Amino acid sequence: MDEVTKNRIVAHSRGIVTPIRKDNAIGKVKDKKLRAKLAAISKRDTDQALKVKNSAVLLEHDEGYLESEGALEKTYRVTQDEILKSVAIQTQRYGKFKLELQNGPYATEYSRNGRELLIAGRKGHVATMDWRDGKLGCELQLGETVRDAKYIANQMFAVAQKKYVYIYDHAGKEIHCLKKHIEVTNMEYLPYHYLLTTVGNAGYLKYQDVSTGQMVIEMPTKLGSPTSLTQNSHNAILHMGHQNGTVTLWSPNSTTPLVKLLAHRGPVRSLAVDREGRYMVSTGQDLKMSVWDIRMFREVNSYFTHTPATSVSISDRGLTAVGWGTKVSVWRGLFSKSALEQEKIQRPYMSWGGEGKQIERVRWCPFEDILGVSHDTGFNHAIIPGAGEANFDALEINPYENKKQRQEAEVKGLLNKLQPEMISLNPEYIGNLDLASAEQRKAEKDLDKSPLDPSDVSQVDKNRGRGKNSSLRKHLRKKSSRNIIDEKRVKLEEIRKGQMDRKNRKHQVTAEELGPALGRFARKAA
Amino acid sequence: MKIKALTRASSAYQAPGSDVTRQPRNLDPSLHSFGRAREYTRALNATKLSRMFAAPFLADLGKGHVDGVYTLAKDPLSLERFASGSGDGVIKVWDLVSREEIWNNQAHENIVKSMCWTQDRKLLTCAADRSIKLFDPYGTPSGTTPSQTWLGTNAFTSLTHHRTKNSFAVASGVISIYDLERHQATPEVLHWPNSSDTITCVSFNQTETSILASAATDRSIVLYDLRTQTALAKTVLNFASNSIAWNPMEAFNFAVANEDHNIYIFDMRRMDRALNVLKDHVAAVMDVEFSPTGEELVSASYDRTVRLWSRMKGHSRDIYHTKRMQRVFSCKWTPDNKYILSGSDDGNIRLWRAEASRREGSKSAAQRQSLEYNEALVDRYSHMPEIRRVKNHRHVPKVIKKAGEIKTEELKAIKRKEENERKHTKKKFTKRKAEREKMVLAQNQ
Repeated sequence: MDEVTKNRIVAHSRGIVTPIRKDNAIGKVKDKKLRAKLAAISKRDTDQALKVKNSAVLLEHDEGYLESEGALEKTYRVTQDEILKSVAIQTQRYGKFKLELQNGPYATEYSRNGRELLIAGRKGHVATMDWRDGKLGCELQLGETVRDAKYIANQMFAVAQKKYVYIYDHAGKEIHCLKKHIEVTNMEYLPYHYLLTTVGNAGYLKYQDVSTGQMVIEMPTKLGSPTSLTQNSHNAILHMGHQNGTVTLWSPNSTTPLVKLLAHRGPVRSLAVDREGRYMVSTGQDLKMSVWDIRMFREVNSYFTHTPATSVSISDRGLTAVGWGTKVSVWRGLFSKSALEQEKIQRPYMSWGGEGKQIERVRWCPFEDILGVSHDTGFNHAIIPGAGEANFDALEINPYENKKQRQEAEVKGLLNKLQPEMISLNPEYIGNLDLASAEQRKAEKDLDKSPLDPSDVSQVDKNRGRGKNSSLRKHLRKKSSRNIIDEKRVKLEEIRKGQMDRKNRKHQVTAEELGPALGRFARKAA
Repeated sequence: MKIKALTRASSAYQAPGSDVTRQPRNLDPSLHSFGRAREYTRALNATKLSRMFAAPFLADLGKGHVDGVYTLAKDPLSLERFASGSGDGVIKVWDLVSREEIWNNQAHENIVKSMCWTQDRKLLTCAADRSIKLFDPYGTPSGTTPSQTWLGTNAFTSLTHHRTKNSFAVASGVISIYDLERHQATPEVLHWPNSSDTITCVSFNQTETSILASAATDRSIVLYDLRTQTALAKTVLNFASNSIAWNPMEAFNFAVANEDHNIYIFDMRRMDRALNVLKDHVAAVMDVEFSPTGEELVSASYDRTVRLWSRMKGHSRDIYHTKRMQRVFSCKWTPDNKYILSGSDDGNIRLWRAEASRREGSKSAAQRQSLEYNEALVDRYSHMPEIRRVKNHRHVPKVIKKAGEIKTEELKAIKRKEENERKHTKKKFTKRKAEREKMVLAQNQ
């Protein structure tokens, strides 16, 4: 198997317990039955990965694209009108979707399958709609400040209002008031864990299980009011941006941030993480947009924005939309998982706006080439070819699901609910074996193993230095009690004496070499 | 400028007015986050479900016996017929489909020690009243006198029929091989020279048909070869054995139910060491049998439980007990590998599922697929502590649990004592004996 196929297989092997081993690693296992079993498992996993790879030919849709046909044509000069002319009627209709609203600015959110749209105006206007069919789900006039809104499980949505967080059902009926979440500014929902996470002005991060209603954990971030919050959908870690320019990573299993990184020299305005959890894009008040590799926590590149970017979002296929001032720029290739060196992109892929509408939030519609832009006078769709995932998996998230399928998926989702304890930086750690302790336990169990040889100095102290304060001397001084003379101590003292003798003899030799006058200056060091 | 944007028709996924939906798949791993965590959760749920549906006990058969059931015998030519023998000398033949008795007879005056079926579907019984009798349960009504009777000088303890020849071996002080075709002929006698103790169990190998294994009260296990009429080897264990069962798939392996609460699986070619030691019972093991697949074992014990074992593992995979089940003296695996029969001192014959949570009956393809998927998941994550805990948790009667605790404590004490002795005596220079060699006291070729 050559290196390329191997890498491809690794890329396609998902959620398997045994890593793909080197071919000879299994051959070294002594136990015949175990070896056969391991070989079978390895073969099964390789076959599975290959089959997954080969199944890609069955995908029916191709991604959208926007390509210039000459050096003079620039993709970022293409306007929405031009695009609308050359796309299908249905896409045209989607692209022309527009809402004119007065109670702005609006926080907007698509449901996970992109079918529903939730808009929440600052002044208390909240509405949901099936935007494709133009059907209004519900419309609420809450009459108080609304800071954020999020879809949670079962078509319900949570709204961060003036004081508390409220949960409404699909018809807009208030079903819960979460009085423990006070003055919430940012919310995130972890769909696989059924966790609603909120953080408010006081800087307390709270995880609430929306399937059982239990508060999982509340912890102080001790970094004041947060400026932005997003989740890494690959491992359910929360990324929180702060006033002092740091970005902290949180999981419900630790009351201190897992990682703290200084991203900006000013408040972090917005954060986004790509689908596979490899890269993070952050924008700050310091007129910077930086791309981070969050596997190594290293800045890949940083870009300049004319005004501080208020919102950033990454599409399924890695397009980054940045809303700054009255404009939205879409970047392509800010990061690529296949390239070794991430190149610095000179120009954005596309742009939108510049008509005096202050951008509030940009969000990608899942599984469509559509970017939702909310601004101070309403909400607009923009067609961005090549943004959306063309081939959805109907058993995972289905944008065309019917009622029965949705209900089925809700039940299945609850059955497969992940525990908050499973959240970790590496989501694939589950099911791994703790080989180190197994080895240790095995060694302890074997009583017939030959005991340590007391006279073997190398076993007494592994990191024996050779300096003046030799480890042997240190061992004699500290480890073995002075008034117990046993075989081991006698041996050690003998060795120590031998060392001293050798040292003295060496000193004598050098003294003699130097002659009678200078001999006294010979160094005594070892 | 070349422009293409995504467009899909919703009617492609469900045509208007139709309830047939298309569900396209995309196996790209980035669309399936938390693959492993979700798989693990599913595995855990599957484990819990299988424990929730675990209901091993199916039924008591008919009205059982008046006295304890000491022996069971499967009709090798039928899936649903078997015979049981009781302490008061009554034998009954049962039908598994109706779970009722179809034939009974007061065969002996005393405890029926062993039974087996002949090739022409007749029933041989032997008892402590020093007689062997041959009945025809399918051809005669209940209560008819035996078609043949053999009388011996001592009480008979065990009976086994040859796989192909029309002869059977019976044990008392010696092993006698009777020929069913020559009723009057004196039997051939096999015995280990200078051993005079009662032989408690004989068992013909059903694959290597002329090999016969026996266990005696002098703690020995002796293997005989009928072709040379001689004993092959004698192995003395630390305790006496109660029963011997040959592996139907691996002709040279057999399991021994021992008085020391353990079951030993031996390779007849290498008797100095057991292939496996099955430890869990807290009283003497009275009977053991391999499943028809040869992969699993069932054992009956004096501690009032039936345990199921995997051939490869040292501890039982399941324990079956009921409130009213007393000392279990015999257990059998039904030939279809799906059920287990146990005969106990309380006179009842109980029918159990071999897989406690498995349900027979027709299943839809989706059901079957989901069961198989769950099984594979549980297997894949079986090393995870929580799954192992749920899978291995059993409610065990208080007495047995307590006895088990006491037993482990005592074993620990013995071990501790031995280790202390080793520290301060010359024993420290000797190697420790492997657990699989410990029970072999002596060997004779």
